[in-house]
Amino acid sequence: MLTVWAILIDGFIYASWLFLVAAGLTVIYGVMRILNMAHGSLYALGAYAAASALGWYYADGGDQLWMAFAIIAVCAVAIGAVTGLAIERGLLRIMYGRDEILMLIITFAVLLILEDVMKLIWGTTPYFAYQPYAAMGRINIDVLTVSRYDLMVLAVSIVIGVGLWFWLERTRIGKILRSIIHDREVSKAMGVNVGRMFTITFMIGATLGAIAGGITAPIISVVPGIGIEVIVLAFAVVVTGGLGSITGAAIGAIIVGLARATSIHTMPELELFIIYAVMAAVLVFRPHGLFGQAVARKI
Amino acid sequence: MKTIQQRNIWQKTLLSTATSVALASAGVMGLTATAHAQDSFKVGFVTFLSGGASGPFGVPASQGAKVVVDAINEGTLPAPYDSKGVNGLTLEMVEVDEAGGPTKQVEEYRNLVERQNVNAVIGYISSGDCLAVGPVAEEMKTFTIAFDCGTSRMFEELEDPKYVFRTGLDAVADNVGAARYLAETRPDAKRIAGIQQNYAWGQDSWQDFTLAMEQLMPEAEIVNNQTPQIFQGSYGTEISALQTRRPEIVHSSMWGGDMESFVAQANARGLLAQATALLTTGESGLHRFDGQAPNGTILGGRGPFGGFMPENDLSEWFSKAYEEEHGTPPSYPASKAAQAILALKYAADNSGADGVPSSEELAAALKGAKFESVSGTVNMGLAGGHQAVQPMLYGEYHFEDGQAELRNVKSYAGDCVSAPDGYNAQEWIKEGFPGSSCD
Repeated sequence: MLTVWAILIDGFIYASWLFLVAAGLTVIYGVMRILNMAHGSLYALGAYAAASALGWYYADGGDQLWMAFAIIAVCAVAIGAVTGLAIERGLLRIMYGRDEILMLIITFAVLLILEDVMKLIWGTTPYFAYQPYAAMGRINIDVLTVSRYDLMVLAVSIVIGVGLWFWLERTRIGKILRSIIHDREVSKAMGVNVGRMFTITFMIGATLGAIAGGITAPIISVVPGIGIEVIVLAFAVVVTGGLGSITGAAIGAIIVGLARATSIHTMPELELFIIYAVMAAVLVFRPHGLFGQAVARKI
Repeated sequence: MKTIQQRNIWQKTLLSTATSVALASAGVMGLTATAHAQDSFKVGFVTFLSGGASGPFGVPASQGAKVVVDAINEGTLPAPYDSKGVNGLTLEMVEVDEAGGPTKQVEEYRNLVERQNVNAVIGYISSGDCLAVGPVAEEMKTFTIAFDCGTSRMFEELEDPKYVFRTGLDAVADNVGAARYLAETRPDAKRIAGIQQNYAWGQDSWQDFTLAMEQLMPEAEIVNNQTPQIFQGSYGTEISALQTRRPEIVHSSMWGGDMESFVAQANARGLLAQATALLTTGESGLHRFDGQAPNGTILGGRGPFGGFMPENDLSEWFSKAYEEEHGTPPSYPASKAAQAILALKYAADNSGADGVPSSEELAAALKGAKFESVSGTVNMGLAGGHQAVQPMLYGEYHFEDGQAELRNVKSYAGDCVSAPDGYNAQEWIKEGFPGSSCD
């Protein structure tokens, strides 16, 4: 019974982290039809910024938990929004209308460039910012312990998921974005400033990636390459759920999270295999993912 | 017509002048190159300068090597290495990033030898890179020292090596030593679990450890082993899975940032209060845990390196020089790199060569040699004189008043933790360590 509880708790905690990582990726694809490989770099930038700032804060004798969270939030939002704006205005803007594959290659190039930029700025030594994770303590369930920080990540993930749903479904700007998703050209003809909407969407997607990195920084050692590791997982989740679907990303993350937790608790050697086995199984029966929709191509 | 003749004369004059200048330049360059080759000994140094292994391993190794190279060139090393240079030649180090995998490393190795014209190569943290580069080094007949990689297959797959050496121990010694330390200090432990990175290093380490435990602590039960991806970073689910199995000991061969992340997370989650962690590469975190590992955590340093270095003139000099330059005591990768550079100096100084020693002369000097190092006297006594046999040490982490130290350190002689020449390591363990003397 303890193992079942452990699988459920671990599965949902991991799913919440996966959703955080994948949300920005799926928002950008949903609106802009860009498979943003640079999303991994935005995650890494958020993690580096938060880990550096937390390091300075604690080295200066800081010990307030709320300040640590404020630092993570400010750093992640600032670096995500600024980098997102720079990528969209400086590069993607001039490439709109090109083939999706070309956009994927361009964002992959951005990923590689940003990886080296991060090495130049932060070097190769791992950054640790474990203090908030340790300070929040844990809850004991028999021999099993659950980190309160992990539960906070779960809560943040739910807030972001609900916030995204509300933004897209219940706000004016959300309605405009949905009109762009349905038909970009007609929206333009109706007076929608598609370029500005794209900029806003990309900045929000990039900020979500950086928030995921910032919130993960106190859990992991922040090292070069974490962005590349995470983008592969994020793709597995959004492909399982259906590219461009927020609900799909959430359901995909829960399925992958629970399957992975079940594997680790029962057959640990299958941990990596199970994630991609789930993705493959879903795609066999639903080639566009659980919530993805087949779209006729214009030729 | 005259114009054409004049043009021809000009062309001939220009051509002959250009040829003369080119020949003269080539001559000067050749002379310069010859003079340069006579003055210096060029060594390629390959280590992780990027990626997850760079911070805790590659960069400290590079720093350790540079500290020794500088001292060699200045002639400031303690005896017996107090002569300037290697065989009187300035030691020049060409660094290469080990990131990119074995195929890339084979290309890099060929570049070092064929384009950079290095006289020797020292390097390799990854076992995969050692296995790939070893046969190429033999094919290219270039003196090569593997300073850190731990695969026991290295000299099993290299039959009759001539140019390849390893100046550190293999992973079998790490894990036999770990099992011996448990048997000596925690003989009543009954429930053993593990967490290893899911690739050759982690799998081999766990196999060697569990085989040794069957021999040394047959009453102990292996209750679980987790195999996360390398560089995964977050181990929440694995920690839960370990907790539900209620282990007393958690063995891990994880290294670098992965190992440090696991320790920080497992400590925060309380796993390390429920079980004692045994970290075969934990010494690299000795001065980085900053109290995040509980006191009593068992650390290994892959031999007498880093915090396990014995007290001698070389280790005291190295610790002081490294700390002065980098502000922290040397971890085990730094001291292993230093040891490889000292091995090169020993081989060059004892090669009997006039000028730059050849790979054959270097190999002949190091084969089966005993040389002084930061880790004590190194005996190249395995793999036909190509592999070092050294003691394996384990100790417990203690952190007080902002200072970390090792306590309850136990040392196991080289032949107590390493299979004799000609033995398959796993067979040697299964047969109950024949020929070992652990007194």
